[in-house]
Amino acid sequence: MNSRIAKLLQAPSIILLFLWMIVPLGMTLYFSVVRYNLLSPGPLEFDGFSNYAFFITDSAFLPALINTLILVGSILIITVVMGLALALLINRPFFGRGIVRVMMISPFFIMPTVNALIWKNMLMNPVYGIFSVIAIAFGAEPIDWLSEMPLLSIIIMVSWQWTPFALLIFITSLQSQDTEQQEAAQLDGASSWAIFKYLTLPHLARPIAVVIMIQTIFHLSIFAEIFVTTGGGPGYDSTNLAFLIFSQALLQFDVGVASAGGVIAIILANIVAFFLIRAVGKNLMVQS
Amino acid sequence: MNLTLSQRKKVSTWSLGLLSWIVALVIFFPILWMVMTSFKTELQAISTPPLFMWEPTLENFSVVQERSDYFKYAMNSVITSFGATFLALLIAVPAAYSMAFSPSKRTKDILLWMLSTKMLPAVGVLMPIYLLAQSTGLLDNVFSLIIIFTMINLPIIMWMLFTYFKEIPKDILEACRMDGASTFAELRYIVMPLSWGGIASTGLLSIVLCWNEAFWSINLTAADAGTLTALIASYSSPEGLFWAKLSAASTLACAPIVVFGWFCQKQLVQGLTFGAVK
Amino acid sequence: MKKMKSSVVALAMSLGVVGAVQATDLTIATVNNGHMVEMQKHSSSFEAANPDINLKWVTLEESALRQRVTTDIATKGGQFDVMTIGMYEAPIWGAKGWLEELTFSDAYDIDDVLPAMRGGLSVGDKLYAAPFYGESSMIMYRKDLVAAAGMTIEDNPSWGHIRDVAAAINSPEDGVYGICLRGKPGWGDNMAFLTTMANSFGARWFDEDWKPQLDQPAWAHAVTFYIDLLTKYGPPGSSSNSFNEILALYNEGKCGMWIDATIAASFVTDPKQSKVADQVAFAQSPVAVTNRGANWLWAWSLAVPAGTQKSAEAQKFIEWATSKEYIELVAKAKGWGSVPTGTRTSTYNNPKFQNAAVFADAELKAILSADPDNSTLEPTPYTGVQFAAIPEFQAIGVAVGQQISAALAGKLTVEKALEQAQKAADREMRKARYYK
Repeated sequence: MNSRIAKLLQAPSIILLFLWMIVPLGMTLYFSVVRYNLLSPGPLEFDGFSNYAFFITDSAFLPALINTLILVGSILIITVVMGLALALLINRPFFGRGIVRVMMISPFFIMPTVNALIWKNMLMNPVYGIFSVIAIAFGAEPIDWLSEMPLLSIIIMVSWQWTPFALLIFITSLQSQDTEQQEAAQLDGASSWAIFKYLTLPHLARPIAVVIMIQTIFHLSIFAEIFVTTGGGPGYDSTNLAFLIFSQALLQFDVGVASAGGVIAIILANIVAFFLIRAVGKNLMVQS
Repeated sequence: MNLTLSQRKKVSTWSLGLLSWIVALVIFFPILWMVMTSFKTELQAISTPPLFMWEPTLENFSVVQERSDYFKYAMNSVITSFGATFLALLIAVPAAYSMAFSPSKRTKDILLWMLSTKMLPAVGVLMPIYLLAQSTGLLDNVFSLIIIFTMINLPIIMWMLFTYFKEIPKDILEACRMDGASTFAELRYIVMPLSWGGIASTGLLSIVLCWNEAFWSINLTAADAGTLTALIASYSSPEGLFWAKLSAASTLACAPIVVFGWFCQKQLVQGLTFGAVK
Repeated sequence: MKKMKSSVVALAMSLGVVGAVQATDLTIATVNNGHMVEMQKHSSSFEAANPDINLKWVTLEESALRQRVTTDIATKGGQFDVMTIGMYEAPIWGAKGWLEELTFSDAYDIDDVLPAMRGGLSVGDKLYAAPFYGESSMIMYRKDLVAAAGMTIEDNPSWGHIRDVAAAINSPEDGVYGICLRGKPGWGDNMAFLTTMANSFGARWFDEDWKPQLDQPAWAHAVTFYIDLLTKYGPPGSSSNSFNEILALYNEGKCGMWIDATIAASFVTDPKQSKVADQVAFAQSPVAVTNRGANWLWAWSLAVPAGTQKSAEAQKFIEWATSKEYIELVAKAKGWGSVPTGTRTSTYNNPKFQNAAVFADAELKAILSADPDNSTLEPTPYTGVQFAAIPEFQAIGVAVGQQISAALAGKLTVEKALEQAQKAADREMRKARYYK
């Protein structure tokens, strides 16, 4: 394939994405430096960087920044480790594997709002939730999940939803692993751990990198789960950047400040992505 | 106790199978609980301790059907998620293919840049997009949802396809090129069949993401183009008890995609055994 | 080619002709509460009477609806012909000229609409939204538990008395908590309730110069009392409870007292969804230093966005949906206990309604005693009982609500919470240029 055809094939996606990015981004950049509140219409006056200043000096900003990073980091670790463990667990044939696989993947099909409502009301509620019933049955004090550990509760909900995603990618990839090689290693007396470490893990390097990249993007902007369950509270304990921007954009209807928040979120996301690429990116380009 | 190797293998397969079943049931429990709740009355749904045995009722489902035109919402969901996925695959397969097999120095940067287009928080650009859709007359139109869904999922699809294509051994392609196959033939007869499993799971992922997309599908639609997430928004958190009815609506909203996923499972596995030749 | 062109023209013409006789589509955005769902069911009788109008419904949960209609009206999107809005939005949007003034025929009997409702939805003497159902807040308590403790609850008891009753009936080992109150952060959640409580402790949101007043002692007293009460005698998880969560607790018999929207009365007395339906009694909201603003006022109401082409049809629909005839229609179909309440004097004067709704008197009394223009001990520049009707209030309410819920969860002291709340409110007001 010559490079002209290569360019031709890539062009549509690049051009479309470029348009999709540049138009809203341009508008966002513009709105972020003007005074623009939907609820107090008037001419858009240039306002310098005061929208940025307002967003950054919010006392919720620093907690939100930290919470955002905690959410992304811990959910990544949980989903990748759990996804790997589950993928290996169901990699060999056993009775009813198809059904087990479907059951394990299904949380990913549930809408985030529904997910949050199920967990909040039916599982984590300290009075009538299933967890409290189990706790009481074992003679323990029921935990008030959303007040005492709001961030952990959100992490659990989101991990429940996204572990299946990692699992899906990993089993797809495991299925294409060379089984002869494994069997040979097994006959040579290699331990399961050695097989995992020297054969399976390298084989999964690229899928892991992809899972990490994609999930990072999604988890930087977790919103529905927080909005439905804790409303960002108590205090700022479960407020993240996306929630903070939401409260500017759709409660305050301040397009200016929300746009400034959006630009800050993009910058943050790019910083995170930069480090991620350095950490896992080299796995992406290796040809098998 | 002395067991032969094959006996030991049997025991370990058996116990790992059992473990898988237990784990799967734990993971699946919240969904099972939701489905169970959809067959309870509102009063039974909030009962403490929770009811595990009760006389099931279909009342919630009939209420949902009476109140909202489920099939209209479902149809919109099907049209938007399949339409957007098809469109995105159409654009992404050739692009990812060319990036995977004739990468240039900039390929990695382009891929990263594509992903970065997803980082713009949706809520921050609602006003620009709303104004654009309004001026083009595309508010409350499935077409605008298809375009938006295509664009927001394109980066993800590119990435996934790229990695799956990368997994195809280069020597197969080279052999094929020696035989003088055209780019199209290479894509059609070698790449697509070999990575069918990857394309299928990418498509499945895209469909699921579109199906569950709530922000745009609620904010850009009114009476005509609402998808199932808009249906859910009309059952979540009204004044009064709502868990049973919400569970019924959610069961209805999630059922098609779960069933679809179940069928895809089989497709995926078949595709993958194809893909495993090396 | 020519042929195709002409057939396209013909098609367009025929569509145009069809359009002329075809019914006008009215798109109605509404909230997913029970009374609105009921309205949707009865809409066929409106369509039968008005064959030239075809109704299309967009039903959403409250927060989604609010962001949807606000986006649309502020950008002049024109997606909706009738919008369901609250008492918070109506005066703000009306004053901005975003809503059409509503004018009804004589048969509508506008004077029958409760004055508090009419006042709260008007700017000056122009009515911008018609109340579909309205509510105030009151105490709903378990008469069996209160009697067993040898106590009584009168109308407008002191907060001290409420604390004593809560202490007397609180019995977590039997799964009964003395009092349930809202704690989930949000301007319409914990802050709606807490504002009424603070009002009666003599607090206000802003002084006459729009300076936030959260650093004043009255707020500290009210919040301290509230947190103390809920921590000692409330259910676990209060800081994520709002109306629905508490309703579920109450209907399971887990709350001794509950102070919340009067609309809850119809749920907790309904044997189909409440285990304690026949044990509920009502009283007017508790007070501390003043009766003013001790109970809130809210109405879900219907409005027409300015600039719609279908204003006449939209007003016709609103006139139907908020009329006496509509209330009778629901009464005929579902009984007088299920009619939308809180809007018309004639409903409360109707003996059939009084018989069917045990809460009728208490609800009317609460609504009549609420006055959005005079809800605080000291003067204020804003209207609204449980909110200040300014666009900035939503964000301020959310920020303050988060601080209070942190204090309730025991993560902050009351002083610290109010200090940060004051700071957040001050920032918003400064940004909106109420003062330098």
